Amino acid sequence: MAYFTQQLINAVTLGAIYGLIAIGYTMVYGIIGMINFAHGDIFMIGAFISLIGFMICATVGINSAAFAILVVLLLAMVFTAVYGWTIERVAYRPLRGSFKLAPLISAIGVSILLQNYVQLAQGARPKPAGSVVQGGYNLFSADGFDVRVTWLQIIIVVVTVLLMAGFSWLIAATPLGRQQRACEQDMKMAALLGVDVDRTISLTFVMGSALAAVAGMLFLMYYGVVDFFIGFLAGIKAFTAAVLGGIGSLPGAMLGGLLIGLIEVFWAGYFSSEYKDVAVFAILVLVLIFRPSGLLGKPEIEKV
Amino acid sequence: MSAANPQPLIEVEHLTMRFGGLVAVDDVSFRAGPRAITAIIGPNGAGKTTVFNCITGFYKPTVGRLTLRGDREYLLERMLGHEVGQKARVARTFQNIRLFPGMTVLENLLVAQHNKLMRASGMSIFGLLGLQRYRTAEAAAIDKARSWLERIQLLADADRPAGELPYGAQRRLEIARAMCSDPQLLCLDEPAAGLNPRESAELNDLLVSIRDVDGIGVLLIEHDMTVVMRISNHIVVLDYGRKIAEGAPDEVRNDPAVIRAYLGTAEDGPDA
Amino acid sequence: MVGRLPALLKDSALTALVAGALGLFIVGFRTTDLGKGLFFDYQFVDLGIAVVTIFFGRLGLHLASMGLKWPAFALGTALGAVGASPLRLPSTFLHWFVVIAGVLIILRTIWPWANAALATARHSQRGKAFGQRGAKWFGAILLIAAVLLPFSPFSNQKNMDLAVLILTYVMLGWGLNIVVGLAGLLDLGYVAFYAVGAYSYALLSTQYGLSFWTVLPLAGMFAATFGLLLGFPVLRLRGDYLAIVTMGFGEIIRLVLLNWVDLSNGPAGIGGIPGPTFFGAVFAETAPAGKQTFAQMMNIPFSSNQRLIYLYYIILLLALVTNFFTQRIRRLPVGRAWEALREDETACKALGINPTNTKLTAFAVGAMFAGFAGSFFAAKQRFISPESFTFIESAIILSIVVLGGMGSQIGVVLAAVLLIGLPEWFRDLGAYRMIVFGLAMVLIMVFRPRGLIAHREPSVRLHPVRAGP
Repeated sequence: MAYFTQQLINAVTLGAIYGLIAIGYTMVYGIIGMINFAHGDIFMIGAFISLIGFMICATVGINSAAFAILVVLLLAMVFTAVYGWTIERVAYRPLRGSFKLAPLISAIGVSILLQNYVQLAQGARPKPAGSVVQGGYNLFSADGFDVRVTWLQIIIVVVTVLLMAGFSWLIAATPLGRQQRACEQDMKMAALLGVDVDRTISLTFVMGSALAAVAGMLFLMYYGVVDFFIGFLAGIKAFTAAVLGGIGSLPGAMLGGLLIGLIEVFWAGYFSSEYKDVAVFAILVLVLIFRPSGLLGKPEIEKV
Repeated sequence: MSAANPQPLIEVEHLTMRFGGLVAVDDVSFRAGPRAITAIIGPNGAGKTTVFNCITGFYKPTVGRLTLRGDREYLLERMLGHEVGQKARVARTFQNIRLFPGMTVLENLLVAQHNKLMRASGMSIFGLLGLQRYRTAEAAAIDKARSWLERIQLLADADRPAGELPYGAQRRLEIARAMCSDPQLLCLDEPAAGLNPRESAELNDLLVSIRDVDGIGVLLIEHDMTVVMRISNHIVVLDYGRKIAEGAPDEVRNDPAVIRAYLGTAEDGPDA
Repeated sequence: MVGRLPALLKDSALTALVAGALGLFIVGFRTTDLGKGLFFDYQFVDLGIAVVTIFFGRLGLHLASMGLKWPAFALGTALGAVGASPLRLPSTFLHWFVVIAGVLIILRTIWPWANAALATARHSQRGKAFGQRGAKWFGAILLIAAVLLPFSPFSNQKNMDLAVLILTYVMLGWGLNIVVGLAGLLDLGYVAFYAVGAYSYALLSTQYGLSFWTVLPLAGMFAATFGLLLGFPVLRLRGDYLAIVTMGFGEIIRLVLLNWVDLSNGPAGIGGIPGPTFFGAVFAETAPAGKQTFAQMMNIPFSSNQRLIYLYYIILLLALVTNFFTQRIRRLPVGRAWEALREDETACKALGINPTNTKLTAFAVGAMFAGFAGSFFAAKQRFISPESFTFIESAIILSIVVLGGMGSQIGVVLAAVLLIGLPEWFRDLGAYRMIVFGLAMVLIMVFRPRGLIAHREPSVRLHPVRAGP
């Protein structure tokens, strides 16, 4: 029971991070119907900027962990968003109206480009980061096993919940969110009604990238190490989360993230940690085959 | 003629199609005869294309039975996707032309003969070995394509990519492609849309010759009433997913329900 | 035109600003690990030079696109000169960066002229005929050159190694071209089938002593079977989902090879794989008991080059078989159905073509060729491990196909030489190779989505082409 509870806590933490990345996939898919293959690498960029941000904080002598986290959070969100914006502008926007595999191939190109750019600029070796937040709280002990939730885990879950709540509000209640939903329904009609479609799509990428940056920062703090390749696996898993929840659906992305976190942690905890990634891939394949619209998505009707 | 025909080519019975809460087609029944042109008309959103999609296997009807009586009896609603084209040999065209734009005109017509050629190529093995049996079959397929290209006046364009053809030629090519698949029933979704009067008249001749010379039953969705009234043997009128009238062109033209559906209350001359 | 200068300057400055923001952290603060935690190794001078170059580069491209030839040309030349000058920039990379910016501006300046000339040439009757004949002649010359290469003065060990490598990628590219170029299925897990082929030969030869020529067809069949097993459930999916699932499958195969130690020996890999034999003769200085060496068989002195030349001819043969097969099947109903599916799946369904089965054949045939190539790879390397079958490998093969022009056979050769050959000849480029791959994929999609060789030869003609005017 204690072991189970501990795994549950770890799973929720991991699921929160996947959920944040999954939102980026789901939003972009919702609005322009493409899988932003490079999104995992945007997350990786976010993690690197966070690492550098924490080091700068240490260099200039910011000692308060809370303040440092806040500063790094803002830095990472802003500067990662610039990547998202640029990529959309340079690699995807010119391809609207090209043949259907073109954006996907371009996205794969961007992904390869980003990984190798970071490898070249920052080196291939994993970068260890000191822990920013230490300590935790023992919930209870049973079977000689302490069930413990660290402050970091609490921070991760709280930050995620706050961001997701804020983000849902943004989509549901602001003019920006309204335009975004309008473009999702019918881009041509939205354009005719005076919605600046290009700007809305740009902002979608900016928001998705900013959330991925937060995920990157939380990932860095949680695992304490980053390298140029982390975006690949995290990207596939978050994409699986988006598909599982129903691609195009925001609550779906969050639910999917949580479920993928649970599956991964419990598979590793109870079966074998070697095959935990295989389990996630298998889920992806199964969902796509048997329920391509996911748990919360709407089924697509083929228009002839 | 066709309504009274004891042996219709296709019989649609109680066809209903729902999308979520929306009822696109509501309990529609009609028959279409062999060697006849049957038109389905109605205002936009009346459910015409949905009926087509059910007949051609793109949608699975919520309720209803679709029987095709050709070389044998086929229950179309039980067949999936491509089987309707492959086994029951129902061919169709699309409202927004769907050619293979990067392939040449001739290739488009050869793809239409895929299933026949596939058998002749012995699952590609005879073809890979270059056996005579396949070469004969391919020559026959090219001959068939050539005769259709002559009929639609595109012989000179045979080796051009289909996407480069002018609009009217693409429409004709799509019909020829459907015909090359050797259909028992040909379904045409607004074939006259976007054509000029001259092209439209040529289309009339083509459809009449498909009916009278090739002896193929045609099911036609069309907005152009001159086409419909001139060449149809039988007309089915849909409005809001329901059948509101059916009969010979003259009967339908004077049916008050049809006039109401099309024109609101004011009555315009039938020569419109 | 001068009135627009402030706007141009502003736009160029903005571009430079964005570039600066992109590079600020990742490039400006290089983190290095000196054994006791991370330290910064500041690179602000590099970043600054790059940002200034981007400013002038953008400005030059603007000028060129406005038709201001001479200012653009001057700017391009100036940048090129700065980059190539003995001026001491902090790194060779920066020298290259500045030079490339200059060259790009110059290319952009002469582009309208070159483009117009090309277009006239292409559309003339003569140009068309040349296009069709030219491709055939070019192919024939390439083929003869390839056959004669081992007897040419260039056949030193380094070049032959490289030629074998390039041909391996040509073969993989041709195989993947069936799936991506003809059938329009984006397969990101192609390397998985390559791995199946490689491990098939490695295991069957080391465990059961089967020879290369026995295993080759088996390896193709195994890979094709894997293709069918994977394809059957997933080929109903939409194109982009298919891409992700195949990528996932590629990773699954790699992870299984890594972890199923009993089967694959895990990360340690499999060594001691025998090379291919020539009618039973081995390529070695001394033959194992009961066998003879190639040199003994032919009664010639032993040379270590013999093995390499033999490998070269094997891969040449395999690649040619792939090519021949593709050319042939394009003219068959199934090949035309592949292309039709790529163009419009809905129309195919309406014509009674079974999309799933048709895609499945393309997928399995593509996988089969990857299987052949894989067993050749194992026989050549004599050692394989999961390391060789990462996603990057799939990405390289895909970029060869995309760059060459999807569906174009000669384009694949060209792209393989460019992407595999050049970085090997210019070793310095090695580190930047993958960046160039990624960049090339984006640029090709934006500027030339049909690839370097965009011409598509119809699979059948009603009217033969006339040459001359």
